[in-house]
Amino acid sequence: MDFLPDSYVLSRMQFALTALFHMLWPVLTTGMGIYLVVVEILWLKTKNPDYYYHARFWSKLYVLNFGIGVATGIPMEFQFGTNWAPFSEATGDFFGSILGFEASMAFMLEAGFLGIMLFGWERVNPFIHLFATVMVAFGANLSTFWILIANSWMQTPTGGEFIDGHFFVRDYFQAMFNPFMRNSVLHMFFATLETSLFVIGGISAWYVLKGRNEAFFARSFKIVLGCAIAVAPIQIYMGHLSAEQVYHYQPTKLAAMEARWETIPAGEGGDWSLLAIPNDKAERNDFEIVVPQALGLILEFKTKLTEPVQGLKAFAPEDRPHQVGLIYYSFRVMIAIGFFLAALMAVSALQWWRGKFSAEAIGEQKWLMRAWIFSAPLGYIATDSGWIVRCVGRQPWTVYGQIRTIDAASHVPAEVVFSSLLGFVTLYSLLLVTTLYFGTRIISQGPNLTLPLPGNIDLISTEPAQKQPDKRPVEAQQ
Amino acid sequence: METLDYFLPQVWFFILALFLFLYVILDGFDLGVGILSLTADGDEKRGMLMTSLSNVWDANETWLVLMGGALFGAFPVAYGTILSALYIPILAMVFALSIRAVSFEFRELSQRKWFWNNAFGVASLVAALAQGFALGSVLSGIQVDDAGHFIGGTWDWLNWRSLLAALTLVQGYVLIGSTYLVLKTEGELQDTHYRTAKISAITTLIGALLITITTPIFYQGLREKLFDSGLATLFAIIPLLAVLLIGLLLRSLSAKSENTPFIWTLLLFLLSFIGLGLIVFPYIIPTKITIYQAAAAPSSLVFMLIFVGFLIPIMLFYNIYQYVVFRGKVSGIEYGE
Ligand code: HDD
Ligand code: HEM
Ligand code: HEM
Repeated sequence: MDFLPDSYVLSRMQFALTALFHMLWPVLTTGMGIYLVVVEILWLKTKNPDYYYHARFWSKLYVLNFGIGVATGIPMEFQFGTNWAPFSEATGDFFGSILGFEASMAFMLEAGFLGIMLFGWERVNPFIHLFATVMVAFGANLSTFWILIANSWMQTPTGGEFIDGHFFVRDYFQAMFNPFMRNSVLHMFFATLETSLFVIGGISAWYVLKGRNEAFFARSFKIVLGCAIAVAPIQIYMGHLSAEQVYHYQPTKLAAMEARWETIPAGEGGDWSLLAIPNDKAERNDFEIVVPQALGLILEFKTKLTEPVQGLKAFAPEDRPHQVGLIYYSFRVMIAIGFFLAALMAVSALQWWRGKFSAEAIGEQKWLMRAWIFSAPLGYIATDSGWIVRCVGRQPWTVYGQIRTIDAASHVPAEVVFSSLLGFVTLYSLLLVTTLYFGTRIISQGPNLTLPLPGNIDLISTEPAQKQPDKRPVEAQQ
Repeated sequence: METLDYFLPQVWFFILALFLFLYVILDGFDLGVGILSLTADGDEKRGMLMTSLSNVWDANETWLVLMGGALFGAFPVAYGTILSALYIPILAMVFALSIRAVSFEFRELSQRKWFWNNAFGVASLVAALAQGFALGSVLSGIQVDDAGHFIGGTWDWLNWRSLLAALTLVQGYVLIGSTYLVLKTEGELQDTHYRTAKISAITTLIGALLITITTPIFYQGLREKLFDSGLATLFAIIPLLAVLLIGLLLRSLSAKSENTPFIWTLLLFLLSFIGLGLIVFPYIIPTKITIYQAAAAPSSLVFMLIFVGFLIPIMLFYNIYQYVVFRGKVSGIEYGE
């Protein structure tokens, strides 16, 4: 089949598709997991049934999302072997161990306690239930931790030597705590948290705008807004630290992120590109608007750069990334969203401070509520854009400076990879549509505020909570 | 150092076998129940079958993910070679497992339950077949060069021996699925699965016997190993024990006991696993690459052992706890809200 691209190009497309799609689900699994812990603690502390209903309502969305996360995660792991066998062999000593830890520490923990968290309200005592919820959230965040260690090591491989292309580990902890590890884990952690906050906030805003259960959803709205006050600015700062580390360790990626063709020597201020049309063939930007002398301020908080910013032309064409426009715009989209969300948070916080968010008044904040609904998907877009910057910007390397992507791919015939790629495109399109459909349905049905409270809540207090006993078998309870 | 070079790969071979065994029995009954659901009459019954798995299938499947990660870390060459050699069955399995996972969520929310019930059943069957083909072709030998890199063709995995393995594995999964359902259901549903257990016990036995007979005849490498290693007597005992266990299983099924059929089936799986392990050891890609050739550096194996080894008892503990929390019969088709 001559019309097909090389098998390795197809493997890249398949990895990109499956990773970008997988990534849409863990953001809620990890971020909303924390939110569920918070409302469950509030429920146990205050015994206010609203918090219980919050836990039950959001966990319906949570479990739907979780299922797709698992379903799309499994192809990720197996692809390392099927499509990237030489990479697996070369880096397995370290990389494989990390995936092993992730599975044994993180995935198993989430999976082992999820059943209890979802179906165990009546079966275990409230503290064990809380423990299960905490373990699910903790497991999800541990998996962020481990997988970002693995990915950061691909960006800055330290802790051993490459001999004939095979990585021999000298110091595991040095490999784990590689230069990118800390900031990348944190940037990802805050990405999941921020996205989840704006998703929960956006859905809550929708109910408020519709005039359904306003008081109930004003509560979740204020919880997430309270968290966003801290998270949104921190995320911008974490993004800044990420850019700084790219500047120090991955000059080719930085040049592509900035669509810089010519080197800027140390000591200059450097222009920061605001909009550009990069032209890969002519090795220049066909059009550009710059903010003069701003690059030094952005990268180093100084008016003059202390290190040069190398341009793409300083590297041979086979040693630098090529989809410059994609990298450049993904980066700008992410930044724009980061600032937009922070601004929305600031305006909302101001209104809150002025007392506009009381259960009675919140329904009047129509434009603000609309802005929150609009913001619900933005975190996902920023997250996938961030990964495009990180992974496409790393090209032509799979392990930066060490293993080229072309050498990392398995020799599977192109038509076979093409078939599996086609399979993923089909399956994932269907999954996306179906999930959105069911997700919308859960939201339009709204919370079930007549659910009986779990009988065993009395165990933890002397004051009995108001509850209607439920005599039906557990599986049949709605 | 010398002893470590031998000892560590052996430890990891054992750990991988343990993970694979846990996967095969735990997700084995999930897949078996899935396959059985295709034969159940009515969406009500199918719903009950799915409900019997709703809180455990995810944890069960995770043993496979864990097995994958551990194989990747402990025997990197084998991970790359086996998975890329078996590209088609592995991807078929991955697709099937994905569809199975989402069927659980979507069925719960959908009005067209029949659609997701069927998706669940078909996906379980495909996943089981794909695993059988993969297992069968690993046993019948993957073509590799001296460095352990795959040099065969994309369709090498498809032959009558791997087909036999695939069909037998499906029978085995149906058997363990049936005995699990005997444990978890009552009444009419339970009666049905006493029957399916009996039938599949016999078909599994036939498949296993065929494999036992054909293996030494057709796999030269394994034949040499069998007769040279002095293990021949042991290999003669294993089929006999297996027949004995099947006898006990059939008797307990006729006596309508609820727990013992599942236990006999577990022992049967364990026995097959021991047999398989003895045949394969010390190879990781039979009969070309040994575990010593494929192993990661000793320091990696130690490092992983410290983390993962320490977690094994903890993982087992909370997995068992989960079964304790949800013990008892399934009584409805809803999972709860
Ligand atoms: C935010 C962090 C994050 C990132 C960057 C990734 N994942 Fe993921 N993954 C998770 C966070 C996560 C999770 C939150 O832990 C999931 C989602 C839903 C779930 O059950 O676990 C998950 C599920 C999940 C599963 C299924 C686990 C199970 O059976 O329970 C596998 C095998 C992977 N992932 C593997 C990968 C690989 C190989 C990735 C890299 C290419 C990857 N994930 C990126
Ligand atoms: C406004 C400021 C932001 C800046 C300056 C920024 C900067 C960066 C940079 C430079 C990278 C690449 C890191 C690398 O290649 O190693 C990156 C990656 C990433 N960004 Fe951002 N970012 C910002 C906002 C956001 C927001 C709002 C989100 C999501 C909610 C987000 C999510 C991500 C993700 C998921 C990655 C990839 C994983 C990682 O590096 O941790 N970013 N970001
Ligand atoms: C955190 C764990 C991750 C690991 C270990 C990882 C590893 C890899 C590997 C091995 C490749 C193929 C080789 C290559 O093209 O360099 C790749 C490519 C890619 N990955 Fe990542 N990845 C991770 C996460 C992600 C996520 C979550 C996304 C998206 C949301 C992503 C987006 C991409 C893209 C777009 C490519 C294709 C790049 C190209 O070929 O141009 N990655 N990654």
